[in-house]
Amino acid sequence: MARRQIPWLTLMPPIIFAGFVGIFFSGMLKDDQGSLPSAFIGRQAPALELVALGNKPAPSSEDLSAQTIKIVNFWASWCAPCRVEHPILMDLAAEGIPIIGINYKDTPENALEFLAELGDPYTAIGADEAGRNGFSWGVYGIPETFIVNGSGEIIYRFAGPVTQAVLDTKMRKYLDDAATVD
Amino acid sequence: MLVEFGHFTLLLALIVSLVQTTVPLYGAYKGYGPWMAIARPAAVLQLILLSVSFSILMYAFVVSDFSVALVVKNSHTLKPMLYKITGVWGNHEGSMLLWCLILALFGALVALFGRHLPTTFIARVLGVQGSIGVAFLSFLIFTSNPFLRLQFPPFDGTGLNPMLQDPGLAFHPPFLYFGYVGLSTTFSFAVAALLEGRVNAAWGRWVRPWTLLAWLNLTVGIALGSWWAYYELGWGGFWFWDPVENASFMPWLISAALLHSAIVVEKREVLKVWTILLAILAFGFSLIGTFIVRSGVLTSVHAFANDPERGVYLLGIAGFFIGGALILFSIRAGTLKANGAFAFVSRESALILNNVLLAVSAFVVFIGTIWPLIAEMAFGRTLSVGPPFFDASFTPFMIGLAVILPIGSILPWKRAKLGRTAILAWPAFLLAALLAMFVWSIGSDRSLLAPIGTALGSWLIFGSLADLISRTGRGSAAARLRRLTRLPRADFGKAVSHAGFGVTTLGVALLLAWQVEVIRVANIGETFKLGDYDVTMESVQRIDGPNYVGEGANMRVERDGELVANLFPEKRFYPVAGTPTTEAAIRNGVFADIYVVLGDKQDAGGWAVRAHIKPFANWIWVGAILMAFGGVLSLSDRRVRITAGARKSTQAVAAQT
Repeated sequence: MARRQIPWLTLMPPIIFAGFVGIFFSGMLKDDQGSLPSAFIGRQAPALELVALGNKPAPSSEDLSAQTIKIVNFWASWCAPCRVEHPILMDLAAEGIPIIGINYKDTPENALEFLAELGDPYTAIGADEAGRNGFSWGVYGIPETFIVNGSGEIIYRFAGPVTQAVLDTKMRKYLDDAATVD
Repeated sequence: MLVEFGHFTLLLALIVSLVQTTVPLYGAYKGYGPWMAIARPAAVLQLILLSVSFSILMYAFVVSDFSVALVVKNSHTLKPMLYKITGVWGNHEGSMLLWCLILALFGALVALFGRHLPTTFIARVLGVQGSIGVAFLSFLIFTSNPFLRLQFPPFDGTGLNPMLQDPGLAFHPPFLYFGYVGLSTTFSFAVAALLEGRVNAAWGRWVRPWTLLAWLNLTVGIALGSWWAYYELGWGGFWFWDPVENASFMPWLISAALLHSAIVVEKREVLKVWTILLAILAFGFSLIGTFIVRSGVLTSVHAFANDPERGVYLLGIAGFFIGGALILFSIRAGTLKANGAFAFVSRESALILNNVLLAVSAFVVFIGTIWPLIAEMAFGRTLSVGPPFFDASFTPFMIGLAVILPIGSILPWKRAKLGRTAILAWPAFLLAALLAMFVWSIGSDRSLLAPIGTALGSWLIFGSLADLISRTGRGSAAARLRRLTRLPRADFGKAVSHAGFGVTTLGVALLLAWQVEVIRVANIGETFKLGDYDVTMESVQRIDGPNYVGEGANMRVERDGELVANLFPEKRFYPVAGTPTTEAAIRNGVFADIYVVLGDKQDAGGWAVRAHIKPFANWIWVGAILMAFGGVLSLSDRRVRITAGARKSTQAVAAQT
């Protein structure tokens, strides 16, 4: 009976859709939103090759192994969530925690305008216009924030905007732990 | 007590929706008349129950009943009354209740207007609509109960996100939900038609007004959101390709395609399989959007409080409805036969092209939105997909659409001659080309964006005029004018919507091409140049609002020594929520907005100031409102109204086919 035949073309929508559901579902199963498992955790932070932005020196690999806890933050002026986390970074800077800013795939003019408008929380800042450093750090999407300890190892990674809740519940313990160790 | 009653009516609504799903669907399968007849009263009863429930929640917000957890989290006694009310849907639980309420409203509207639809068909439509109600009501009740009480009520609430305390945003979600949820009706119509195994011209007529209603609300909702982002967020942009914005844009694109393909089904009885698929996908993208916004699977500025449990539940709902409908589609699609044939050059072909462009562009937006997820799985690491991707990959589809639209709208059905259409359209083409050359000559140092955008935008606007004129036939000018006034409203609706698309195109292109931006530190009394204007920062003063404190700057804008405007940009701080907001000061103009934002006080003295000239910014939203207004005009057309009610005339059509 011709009626019973299902044209293969009409089978495509449910099959494609099933694939997307699979993607979404495994996306949901990531146990902890934002703090993605990173192969870099506990390992030496990848080297930095950055161009200076504005009149601050570009951060170098030596800055990463300096004897204190520090935050490495990937951001861009075109990134809306970066504006959300910006006040938190300003607070952290006010606490005296060094923050290395990596300006990701951005133009220097826009980046400097962003900082002039909202304030500059960074102790050192470098431009990564081609995104090469983002690649070597395994950046998932910006903003992304790493905590690097006194011996230059990455101890924590967070993808997405750092909100007060993220800072309090997830990041604070790494910042405190490392502070007592030092 | 009242709050418990609200919870109780919510539970009752769930039970009613269970009845509305099972009884009529089984009745339609078995042919039991009284079982099918349950559908309509059940749909109306569900609306009544949910209205009571929603009103009670609103009452709890209005009187600041801080024994309710949701009110504590999202309200505050000092908040202005308007925002106490809008606070009801400014959060996950309350907005889900609004979602369910609107779903019930559409169910009841179908029940009331669909009295004359075939009995089995209306029973199935309302049964499917009821099943969506079951899913969302149980989601609401079991994972996000808005009526949760606190054992020890605090003295005051913790407020509403200050950014949401704005009239533009207050009415953005209801419109958006009207659009999202309105598409549930087209979904129900599609699934019911698949269950019946019959799609004909009458089906196209029934489904069109509902699509139109949902689409025009989505248009207004998206425009309000974009306008709000423009003036409230203080970034000066109008669209950010944020996942949540995309979540509302994808159903808009698909429903725009559905709107057009349903016409083809109605007039020509072809494209049935495709139209059914679009009807499923339009609501499917609404569901996926709801999932994306509320599950936190993608990072976004808009995200509601994320909760993986809710995410899994919503994914389950989306998977069940879309997956189920698509499986039903693949089983039944083969039985739907096209009745008409058409030549390559015809309005049918033009509408197919329209559909392909809209659907593919929606798919591009979809892929760009979920790319971070796909790439993470496929390559283990990812790239971020920012506006550059969307700008580059989405724009070509819109250009293609704009190029073919005026021709396609004039082409006759079935078989057309391009030459005849070209004669009708050439004045529009000529005017557009002249305007583009004019724009090119006044801004020759700049990019091609302005002249190309002008050409496309004015081609669309003059093209819709040409479309209207072509409808008046031949004869003297007076006779044609008389005929023009007697054209059906739907024809005007079509022309207005198409022209609105042109106005938006013009606005977007000219804004992007000609905007001027100055970011600098300004001292009090200092004057700086902004394009042709001189801006002076005269003074900065402290301000005390009802629930915020802040600073505002008096900025004087002059042109050639003459005062243009006094602007007062503010920086506000909301102590209850602990968050600052910027209030941009905007002088709206027909041809350009002047947009000033006050930044932080600098240590070295002075204030950071950002000033923009945004040419043709308002055209973007005016165009969107025109698109929606065209939809309203079409809906008010007598012919469409009759089809919404599906009274005798459609029965006659159904009989013919």
